[in-house]
Amino acid sequence: MSSLLRGEEMCLAQLFLQSGSAYDCISELGELGLVEFRDLNPNVNSFQRKHVNEIKKCEEMERILGYLLREIKKADISLPESDMNPVSPSPKHIMTIMEQLQRLEVELGEVTRNKEKLQKNLLELTEYTHMLRITRNFVQRSAEREPLQVQYEEFPFLEKDTRMDYSSMQRLGAKLGFISGLIQRAKIEAFERMLWRVCKGYTILSYAEVEEYLEDPDTGEPTKSVVFLISYWGDQIGQKVKKICDCYHCHLYPYPSNNDERNDVVEGLRTRIQDLHTVLHRTEDYLRQVLIKASESVYTWVVQVKKMKAIYYILNLCSFDVTNKCLIAEVWCPVNDIPKLRRALEDGSRKSGATVPSFVNRIPTTDTPPTLIRTNKFTSGFQNIVDAYGVGSYREVNPAPFTIITFPFLFAVMFGDLGHGIIMSLFALWMVRYENNRKLKNTRNEIWNTFFEGRYIILMMGLFSIYTGLIYNDCFSKSLNIFGSGWNVTAMFTAKVWTTEVLKGNNFLTLDPDVTGVFKGPYPFGIDPIWNLASNRLTFLNSYKMKMSVILGIIHMSFGVILSTYNHRYFRKRYNLYLVFLPELLFLLCLFGYLVFMIFYKWLAFTAKDSKLAPSILIHFINMFLMQGDAKQPPEQGKAMEPLYPGQTGLQIFLVVIAVLSVPVLLLGKPVYLRWLQNGGQNRLGMYRGYERVRRNSDEELCLLRSEDMEEGNSHSDPSSSGEHLSKEFNFADEFLHQAIHTIEYCLGCVSNTASYLRLWALSLAHAQLSEVLWAMVMRVGLRMDTALGVVFLVPVFGLFAVLTVSILLVMEGLSAFLHALRLHWVEFQNKFYSGTGVKFCPFSFSLLPSSFEHDGLL
Amino acid sequence: MPSLLFCGPKMAACGMVISIWGVIMLAMLGIFFSANSAVLIEDVPFTEDDIRADTQPPQRIYALYRQVGINCFIAAAVYVAVGAISLCQVRLNKRQEYMVT
Repeated sequence: MSSLLRGEEMCLAQLFLQSGSAYDCISELGELGLVEFRDLNPNVNSFQRKHVNEIKKCEEMERILGYLLREIKKADISLPESDMNPVSPSPKHIMTIMEQLQRLEVELGEVTRNKEKLQKNLLELTEYTHMLRITRNFVQRSAEREPLQVQYEEFPFLEKDTRMDYSSMQRLGAKLGFISGLIQRAKIEAFERMLWRVCKGYTILSYAEVEEYLEDPDTGEPTKSVVFLISYWGDQIGQKVKKICDCYHCHLYPYPSNNDERNDVVEGLRTRIQDLHTVLHRTEDYLRQVLIKASESVYTWVVQVKKMKAIYYILNLCSFDVTNKCLIAEVWCPVNDIPKLRRALEDGSRKSGATVPSFVNRIPTTDTPPTLIRTNKFTSGFQNIVDAYGVGSYREVNPAPFTIITFPFLFAVMFGDLGHGIIMSLFALWMVRYENNRKLKNTRNEIWNTFFEGRYIILMMGLFSIYTGLIYNDCFSKSLNIFGSGWNVTAMFTAKVWTTEVLKGNNFLTLDPDVTGVFKGPYPFGIDPIWNLASNRLTFLNSYKMKMSVILGIIHMSFGVILSTYNHRYFRKRYNLYLVFLPELLFLLCLFGYLVFMIFYKWLAFTAKDSKLAPSILIHFINMFLMQGDAKQPPEQGKAMEPLYPGQTGLQIFLVVIAVLSVPVLLLGKPVYLRWLQNGGQNRLGMYRGYERVRRNSDEELCLLRSEDMEEGNSHSDPSSSGEHLSKEFNFADEFLHQAIHTIEYCLGCVSNTASYLRLWALSLAHAQLSEVLWAMVMRVGLRMDTALGVVFLVPVFGLFAVLTVSILLVMEGLSAFLHALRLHWVEFQNKFYSGTGVKFCPFSFSLLPSSFEHDGLL
Repeated sequence: MPSLLFCGPKMAACGMVISIWGVIMLAMLGIFFSANSAVLIEDVPFTEDDIRADTQPPQRIYALYRQVGINCFIAAAVYVAVGAISLCQVRLNKRQEYMVT
């Protein structure tokens, strides 16, 4: 059951579902999430499918549910949190749900409409009240004015008492009319000007602003209004005034003719407003109660409708058999799950009370099945980052189990800092500890979700960073002296190499490891802490880290090439082992493996005494290709051209010859061999195929339809023999081109990929330098303060240091190292063996279906 | 009495984290300074004079080390206080959230 290494074995199965129990069987399958359905009606439009009416009903119900949820959200009612999982409803139950939803919708719609009407009425009455109050002021104001004012003949009512208004008017025989109402403040000047121009002074407009913001009955927004009173003289003027008022969208209200009438109207308005308030209040309460009652079951309905719609969608994918009595569905199913599948069908048939059970049949196929790799919460993160590059082809080696260790390790090589590693591990541990906390799991913040999904990856990265931090001996850019340094400064004095004058006269001094007692031996674990004080620290570390990067790179790539043997052996292409794998490995190891050997040899063979004579590996490596080992060099270059070891020239020539010879083998071997097989090896092939047939029979006795195919002899569900099969046209040109591209890519890639691994050095250098700069520029400033202010200053300085460490060194550098480690895996490691052209297995499962309401933030 | 709550839940949590980190790291720095660790030489405010005009070398440097170490310990104590305040804020925030819902 090596599912993580290779993926599950999948098979194509046919389900024969009785019409009566099809719905229940598919419901059972949806709960279990076992199989992926194939579309048997690909040419049919979605409007012409069989169950399109039911799906329309489901969408109607979803529309009503969306409306309900929006109303519930507007009323600020919280939905009950529940983890329950209601099953999909039976067809009879569907009708009841539909009726309930429709009734709720109608009721809600009515109540909302009533409420809006009442509110509009209320606003209008409020405006009327304000208008009456303010126009009273107009009339009273004019009454208070001194009669000493100039008297206008035509308009005596302006300064007379209100009581005398109408009598004097009647005396004049004039027909005086009043129009009163409200208009928006922004329009009042234009209104006044228009009135003046049109009516030419036969109207008088008085207006005053309403102090409060009133809600506009039409739009419901608070607006500033102005109450106006137009007194006009004459019928035609009245018409014109009315038309102008219409233009400016004024709200007109009847003007009371005398004070008593005005008081009556005001009283009546007051009682009406109070009544309206009460009725509105009651209506809102009722609406809220209806919504609360609906909110209790709306979650269940949403889930039920979602499941129902999914089941009908799947039913649309099935086709009827010839007798039209049972449905046929084609599914991809893991071979190990076929017993579970059978049991699910039995359960479904039993639940629907059918007499004839539904059953499952395995069928052979030449299609490539989708890839299923079972993961748990720890491995799923790593599998996701491998799948992001490409889902593995069916049954090829999965790089994910190896990535669990190599990815955090390569990240840590680029990130290595003890302090930062500890902080990262603590953060990941916190996420892991609280991973079942619902608030953390269900936030909608995308960035947080990304970090949370990768919590195990971050934990591994942090732990490995602690390890590499100890190796590099780097903790917030300071080294820890745990075991005692291996270098001794006093020995330089005892050997009389340094004296006090030497100390006084020089800025920089070199500890000479050749002097006895200075270098007592290597530090037990990691880099010696004295290097933190050295000015040539980077020179030493650069050489070390570059060589380490090349070594790690060659090991990683060789491992990738070796993994390809798993694929060659599984897919039974033995010729690949000799014609592809062997030349590749020889090329890589003869050239770059030899480089690694030289690095180790130089580390081991040369000591501090003869370090002046140590040759440069790079020059030797270049000369290996130029075959210039033997040439006599002038004395000053003598040391660089001394051989590393006796016999080096001969060995190097031998290795170069092997590497160069392996290139044409890689280029031509496979196409030539396959062509020879096709042409010359006919009889051999026949025997081989017979052998294959017998072997396959013993493998797959479950398949019922196998017997027919035995006679025909040309159907395979096992991809192992697809390479040698005659039904596939063997195109020599195609194959040769493919192999040529592969050869060029591989050989050039070896060089460029090895250099690409130098990013391990580059990023670790960048991290170390950033860390040091942060300490020197932030923390040191706080620590060096020796005045009394020093302590007060140190507290915020440390806070700043902490924030900058987290934001720059942890987040930014962490993301950068993550990305580069990922690239090293995707390109340099995986292109040695991984094709990644598969399709992921998406089982039909209710829990995996997205809900459109959650997406809108309504649930 | 007006509410003692002056920062939200996330700010209080940040305060807690930085305080705990500050206490641990500053205490360790104080210990290392008191132990006269050579790696931290650049962080000690010494001058040329301290080296050359020292009657009993390296006592003046050691005195400076001790002073910086004491500074670190005092800063750690301040962070203990900040941590206590943050803890109060976290508790008050939890209580308020509990009461609202």
